[in-house]
Amino acid sequence: MTDRLPGFNTLAIHAGAAPDAATGARATPIYQTTSFVFDDVDHAASLFGLQAFGNIYSRIGNPTCAVLEERIAALEGGTAALAVASGHAAEFLVFHTLLQPGDEFVAAKQLYGGSINQFNHSYKNFGWNVAWANADDPASFEAAITPKTKAIFVESIANPGGVIVDLQAIAAIAKKHRIPFIVDNTMATPYLIKPFEHGADIIVHSATKFLGGHGNSIGGLIVDGGSFNFAGDDRYPMLSKPRPEYGGMVLGETFGNFGFAIACRVLGLRDLGPALSPFNAFLIINGIETLPLRMQRHSDNALAVAEHLAQHSKISWVSYPGLRSDRYHNLAQQYCPKGAGAVFTFGLKGGYEAGVKLVSNLKLFSHLANIGDTRSLVIHPASTTHRQLTDEQKTQAGAGPEVVRLSIGIEDKEDLIDDLNQALDAA
Amino acid sequence: MMLIELPCPIPYVSRMNHDNYPNDYIRGILQSVKTIALVGASQNPARPSWIVMKYLLERGYDVIPINPGIAGHELLGKKVYGSLAEVPGPIDMVEIFRNSEAAGPITDEALALQPLPKVIWMQLSVRNDEAAARAEAKGIQVVMDRCPKIEFGRLSGEISWQGVNSRMLSAKKPVLSGKGFQKLSLNRPR
Repeated sequence: MTDRLPGFNTLAIHAGAAPDAATGARATPIYQTTSFVFDDVDHAASLFGLQAFGNIYSRIGNPTCAVLEERIAALEGGTAALAVASGHAAEFLVFHTLLQPGDEFVAAKQLYGGSINQFNHSYKNFGWNVAWANADDPASFEAAITPKTKAIFVESIANPGGVIVDLQAIAAIAKKHRIPFIVDNTMATPYLIKPFEHGADIIVHSATKFLGGHGNSIGGLIVDGGSFNFAGDDRYPMLSKPRPEYGGMVLGETFGNFGFAIACRVLGLRDLGPALSPFNAFLIINGIETLPLRMQRHSDNALAVAEHLAQHSKISWVSYPGLRSDRYHNLAQQYCPKGAGAVFTFGLKGGYEAGVKLVSNLKLFSHLANIGDTRSLVIHPASTTHRQLTDEQKTQAGAGPEVVRLSIGIEDKEDLIDDLNQALDAA
Repeated sequence: MMLIELPCPIPYVSRMNHDNYPNDYIRGILQSVKTIALVGASQNPARPSWIVMKYLLERGYDVIPINPGIAGHELLGKKVYGSLAEVPGPIDMVEIFRNSEAAGPITDEALALQPLPKVIWMQLSVRNDEAAARAEAKGIQVVMDRCPKIEFGRLSGEISWQGVNSRMLSAKKPVLSGKGFQKLSLNRPR
């Protein structure tokens, strides 16, 4: 009735984080403990049987991690979330919950290079087979669907090339074929794009990037949108079949619209083990408190730098959806009107050699393999993050030899432009 | 979607909006009822009805299991009855763990009780608007398509330990309940 939805800034600070019940501590305590004392023997049995809410062991759940989980669930508008050791672990547990050996999933080929490797190689060991589609062509997803397809996977803003994906068009295909639609929202964060509002069923994050935001902690998150009904769907036995691990409990039925997140926790995280450290969770929680402020500055700075580089004589092209001339500008206006994020690529007329020189000449930009830090970062993807891909895959992923990727920080934009100018002059 | 708790200046009318219950409505029910007849109780510990019954017993509710198939047996230390009419003494809340269609006749059985129950609660995924209207016409509060365990966990803060979006924000401390640190009370300051 009068219960009102708080705004994004309020949620970024408060969601999941009431004062500590035992001590009144206002900042979220770091529960740096492996285990939790049971109230009594019956309570222990209830917890192990998933019959009561509570804490057992920090591989399965931890109160500090739980604050981070509820925080991201609230910011994304999901029903529940799960914090794990890295973005890769988040993807792994999502697919582990959805796929059986021999199953397939369709993924956009415009992805972070690490995800492309994970899908092409590691997942083959589990019998999970990727079919690649083109994020620019939603029909290519439908064409790749077979009776074995159990999931569709895209990035909302694809790394590294600033590709804005038409989420609604792909969501419509996923819905038509009753396939869960997974969106990696790392590059956008819910401040810029909220994929559940565009038809996503599951969201994954590398919290290492903009959510943590300070380049100090590896972490990953899975968010359950509560929108896909797994109960009674034989294609997803982890959710729809009685689980012998839990005395025959059917997770998708027992936990309703947050069953997917619970299944990722009690089958995936419990048995495969990529738990997030409570200390990392604490740092990521602190980062999220300023997410709205940082993302706006990141995006504003990135636009200023991209506009400058687009005019520079040594640069052949700039791929940033915030630019009016960019091929993704209309999609950016539709999906992320507040800004197109911090990460973009550009091409040097001098090719590979000029890229190497630029990277070494920069004084303020740090040369490293990460994005989403307060500091501005630079990398040459062809020789680093995307080096394991074939030349064709590199080009398809927007990481050709002349390409340099920037992750624009929240410094003064004039200083970033000056640094790029001096490095380009010397290159 | 409800998130923050603001005072509700409008007195509750007899017909609820069953798509969106205010937190105060659910909390008021869970704080006021004591005796709960659980229709569709199961002996199988993997079934949601068994789990909910155990949880509510642990929170101090007097739960009376109803299941004609196991009438006369004991379930979680409580005697099972074959129907609502067989339960001796007044029932505050009838919790229906059957499908939406079956919820109709069960509601009518509940409406034949003397005294009437104060609340009819249909479990998550169970909804029968006609039955709800009949109950509300007699002044009974109705909740549909909700789980009392989830709602208790959400309003007390317990469910947050599982990374579930409780849709509650508070700068007040949750209140511990019972012994130990792993039970929270509905009586948290607002």
